[in-house]
Amino acid sequence: MNLSLITLTPFLGAGFVAAISRLGRLHAAWGAGGVTLLALCFLYPHLTDAFAGMVLVHRLPWIPSLDIDLAFRLDGLALLFVLLILCIGLLIILYARYYLSERDDMGRFYAYLLLFMGSMLGIATSENIIQLLIFWELTSLSSFLLISYWQTRHESRSGARMALAVTGGGGLALLGGFLLLGEMVGSYYLTDILSAGEHIRNHELYLPMLILILLGAFTKSAQFPFHFWLPNAMAAPTPVSAYLHSATMVKAGVFLLARLFPVLSGTSAWFWLVCLTGLITLVMAAYIALFKDDLKGLLAYSTISHLGLITLLFGIGTPMAALAGVFHIINHAIFKASLFMAAGIIQHETGTRDMRILRGLRKYMPHTTLLATVAAASMAGVPLFNGFLSKEMFFGETLFIINQPWGWILPAAATLAGIFAVAYSLRFIHNVFFDGEPAGLPKHPHEPPRWMKVPVEILVALCLLVGIFPALTIDPILTVAAASVLQGNPVPDHDLAIWHGFNTALWMSIVALVGGVIVYLIRKPLFTFQARLDGLLDFKALYELFLEKLFAFSSIVTQFLNRYSLQRAVFVFLLFVIALGVSGAITTDYDYSLTGARDTLPIDGISLLIAIMIIAAAIATVIVHHQRLIALVLLGAVGLGVSLVFVKFSAPDLALTQLSVEVVTIVLMLLALYFLPQQSPHESGIWLRRRDALIATAAGSGIALLVWAVLTRPYDSIADYFLANSLPGGGGTNAVNVILVDFRGYDTFGEITVLALAGLGIFAMLEQLRIAGASHDSEGRTWNDDIHPTVMASFARLLLPLALLVSMFILLRGHNLPGGGFIAGLVTAVALIMQYLANGTIWTQRRLSINMHKVIGYGLLIAAGTGLASWIFEYPFLTSTFRHVHWPVVGEFELASAMIFDVGVYLVVVGATLLILVNLGLIHNQSHQMKHRKQIR
Amino acid sequence: MELLVSVIIGILTACGIYLSLRGRTFPVVLGLTFLSYAVNLFLLTMGRLAVGNPPIISENAAHYADPLPQALVLTAIVISFGMTAFVIILSLRAFLEMGNDQVDGKHKPQ
Repeated sequence: MNLSLITLTPFLGAGFVAAISRLGRLHAAWGAGGVTLLALCFLYPHLTDAFAGMVLVHRLPWIPSLDIDLAFRLDGLALLFVLLILCIGLLIILYARYYLSERDDMGRFYAYLLLFMGSMLGIATSENIIQLLIFWELTSLSSFLLISYWQTRHESRSGARMALAVTGGGGLALLGGFLLLGEMVGSYYLTDILSAGEHIRNHELYLPMLILILLGAFTKSAQFPFHFWLPNAMAAPTPVSAYLHSATMVKAGVFLLARLFPVLSGTSAWFWLVCLTGLITLVMAAYIALFKDDLKGLLAYSTISHLGLITLLFGIGTPMAALAGVFHIINHAIFKASLFMAAGIIQHETGTRDMRILRGLRKYMPHTTLLATVAAASMAGVPLFNGFLSKEMFFGETLFIINQPWGWILPAAATLAGIFAVAYSLRFIHNVFFDGEPAGLPKHPHEPPRWMKVPVEILVALCLLVGIFPALTIDPILTVAAASVLQGNPVPDHDLAIWHGFNTALWMSIVALVGGVIVYLIRKPLFTFQARLDGLLDFKALYELFLEKLFAFSSIVTQFLNRYSLQRAVFVFLLFVIALGVSGAITTDYDYSLTGARDTLPIDGISLLIAIMIIAAAIATVIVHHQRLIALVLLGAVGLGVSLVFVKFSAPDLALTQLSVEVVTIVLMLLALYFLPQQSPHESGIWLRRRDALIATAAGSGIALLVWAVLTRPYDSIADYFLANSLPGGGGTNAVNVILVDFRGYDTFGEITVLALAGLGIFAMLEQLRIAGASHDSEGRTWNDDIHPTVMASFARLLLPLALLVSMFILLRGHNLPGGGFIAGLVTAVALIMQYLANGTIWTQRRLSINMHKVIGYGLLIAAGTGLASWIFEYPFLTSTFRHVHWPVVGEFELASAMIFDVGVYLVVVGATLLILVNLGLIHNQSHQMKHRKQIR
Repeated sequence: MELLVSVIIGILTACGIYLSLRGRTFPVVLGLTFLSYAVNLFLLTMGRLAVGNPPIISENAAHYADPLPQALVLTAIVISFGMTAFVIILSLRAFLEMGNDQVDGKHKPQ
């Protein structure tokens, strides 16, 4: 079975879950669980091969012309992550079902969660690194949605935004790094990249590439100095924190380190950058975690610290360290997920997470106490629990440069971090479950619902099983994952035993345990000391300061360019365009005369007359533009002139379109003008007007010269292709229409979609609008209430069938003669608008009760449907076909599937045009009624 | 003829730009309409001028006008109608919400 299904299932499931949540509150939870199990089922057939150390790659053609495939890869490392993501995801889904309250929208929650799960799986299984990056950014986006799940809370929104800004910014750096990496290797596929390690490390761009990729990994895995987003992301619902900050989101960064370990590691740049970052993060976060009063805050810093530990292990770079890194990824996911869930239970049952209030819960929730204690012991690295094993490996690995000068710093710092880890784990347990009697809790504490504890129990059992029988439980997956991290280098012998004798690592563990207990016992003076330091180096504040300065800077730039004024913005824009044009003309080395070699056409009298009419009407419009109605009439004259130009220059389709659009546009503008002021005041000073006239003249002259220069030059065009293939390929003789509905049908599809959106947008703007109409026009004359003269009304009704017949004729012949969906749609719209104008909106509305939204919708569906139909015959989207038909009486003609597409175009044009005009017309009608009511009163 | 067309396009552009620099919404909408006339003509003429040769395939025709710019312009006309309609309704709405039709939504202190 196909590897891609594992990753794609959650994405498809997200929509499914959102849909079924309408049927019942808990359906979403069951649905999400089912989707996750389904993904596990898709994984199942590959398990044997993957555990045998085989690398499975599956490619789906994506953009074959550029040789880009959607490629999925399942090797040991991917297998480990897929298992973690799906299994812990399943537990989270169960847990969240009890955690979320009645008020929370379960459908939305589980849909987001599945989106996130799919993105994470995508990172783990991508073979193509660009595809990996897309999934990487998808995790940033979907985690943004998850963190801000409680949208009404300020801290949720700001925490989500910070997480998105930091991890999304890192994603950009990562994109740069991946592009460099791909160009170095000449391939974006991991198989090629992983076998080109030597070449990559010796490449001159190795360092910039490494820095960019590390920026991506470090921001995602919350490494110093980018760690601050993680504690602020704790505003998320606890199941989200448990998922994102144990097995998934933050592990994406260390996953990337592991993934590219074989090609990037082994240089001193890698060693210093990764080790130092990891080391600083490890110690700093472990120290801060001790002082956090918020349960989740403590866990957040502990997470950062453990991620630092893993980063440090990969930085050390020995095979054994890499193995320990992978091991700790597993262990940390298990114990941290259970601890977050325990924290969630505590908050759920007591109403608070504040460790200054929480006390002595042992009596009220003994079972939870036991579970949390085991998980915390694992986090602290106590023997017999899984955290101990990987931590001891870590201590052992820090000793590898002990013989170098200053080499003792590494193990010393590691032990120090270990001491703090023990101290904060102890605080988590002692402070919450022991230490006296609870007082002042918002709720009376008790054990949570039975099934809410099940996920925690499973994870805690794993802590113990792995901790006591590591060789039996974890070794197979660990070995195969480590093998794919090491890529061909033999996996080092690792004895997963609890007892290795009294070696240095064990002594470090003992020092950490004893030291941790001592630190916790004498914590009072430490807390006082830390309270004094508080706020000294606040990264969140720095980040906010940075944002503030950034906004201030953008505001200054904006102020300078447009002063929040459209006029100024347009002016600056035009000035730049003219300056660019002039400088281009001056500096070009091309020796160009203005006039080219092409023969010009002679001017005839009628053309000259029409040209003079257009020019005169245009200039007159500008002169009288303060009188809006007159300006509008003149504008209509210009539009008619333009359609005559189309007639003259062999563009009958355009002439027809322009003519009908002109009618609709002018009617619309007249309707709108009724409500607008009838005059524009003279408010620009003389200098401003001169300046604008100068700009307009300069731009107009530039365009005129450009047109002249182009028109007098001969040219080569791709037109011959369309002309030659119009009939044999598209089955129509009207090349323009065949281009629209066949050759460039996809463009047309986009364009009618835009038109439909414009129509809907206008509908939305006009909805609920109530305007009182004016009783007088601008010159004080009373508006005539008899707005539907009988003669006009009768003629309009008589004309309607004829007009519709004409539009049908234009629609049908469009493939061969001037016409087609656009023109026919406009003609129909004009014919119907005539009815509204002549007979009144209400009269017509009563007889023409068609919902224009549906017309638009059907039009789009028909257009899309013809496109999709070609898929059934295994042709690309919107491939058309045609057939020669003989019909008795009518005769011989071609029937093309593109004509059905044209019907879709027709419907959208009719629907959108009428939707716009009729709704404006309805408002007119109301305004008249309101006017009358006002007069009566 | 080429000269005439160049002048028409130039004038339409100039009128459009002058009007779109005005401070009230209605003249700006008129200006945008002028600009779309100018742009549509400009696009059409990029296929050079042809008189009496519509791109309708027939056995008798020797030459055809370039159909590609025509197809581009046809949809451009319809789309610019959609845009004009959107802008005029937007300006109507803005006028009703804010009580004036200044392009920046406020009266300038005179």
